[in-house]
Amino acid sequence: MSERILNLLEPRAVRLHSQAQDKTEVLTELGNLLFQTGYVRESFVEAALQRESQMPTGLPLEGKYNAAIPHTECEHVLKPGLALATLTKPVIFQNMIQPEEGVPVQLVILMALDQPKSQVEMLQEIAGVLQNALVIEKLMEARDFQDIQKAFT
Amino acid sequence: MAQPKRILVACGTAIATSTVVAMAIEEALKARGIDVVTRQCKAAEVKSLMSGYDLIVTTTPVPKDIGIPVIQTLAFLTGIGKEAVIEDIVKALQA
Repeated sequence: MSERILNLLEPRAVRLHSQAQDKTEVLTELGNLLFQTGYVRESFVEAALQRESQMPTGLPLEGKYNAAIPHTECEHVLKPGLALATLTKPVIFQNMIQPEEGVPVQLVILMALDQPKSQVEMLQEIAGVLQNALVIEKLMEARDFQDIQKAFT
Repeated sequence: MAQPKRILVACGTAIATSTVVAMAIEEALKARGIDVVTRQCKAAEVKSLMSGYDLIVTTTPVPKDIGIPVIQTLAFLTGIGKEAVIEDIVKALQA
């Protein structure tokens, strides 16, 4: 069902039940993992943080969990990849459509995309996941990468 | 045949979000027999690119009162209120 997400999701860049205290902490952790695993340049984390503060990516969803899909300019990316975190305690991201409003987020999917309009099918799969409360719940309950794979399958 | 309507789709960086939204709009309108042409842009580019477009759909704040209808929505990402937004788009294109 979400084959392309699974193809791009780096297992070493998945943090389940993270204790991160705020969006900066979770973004920095996931961004550093994408850097260590060779997906992005060192400048990526700072760029993603800056982008998030100017053009936030918090999304209020239908179910009990909300998500954020941070990303930044392609120049900081070496090859396309995804990092994912589930959070024990929600952290506040600003709402994409209404930046002055905070959204308590427990699922973060950090996207490294190497050119505009790239990975269209994967992006459509992400939108499909965001619209599927059942998949989100499975992701939130996942204890290891196998559970994540199952949730996306 | 009438010319297809033109929709400018804006988001923060024109990398990810507007891609999803543009594809979803094309698909939803095609299912209703309406052909549209979309172009993606950054919110900051809306004013310079909007000439010749019938509608702007955006996921992030853009300038208001620019002479072209603007629909601001997350529905194509989150699914919430999607049918209503598609109706709004159809109406805006017919106006």
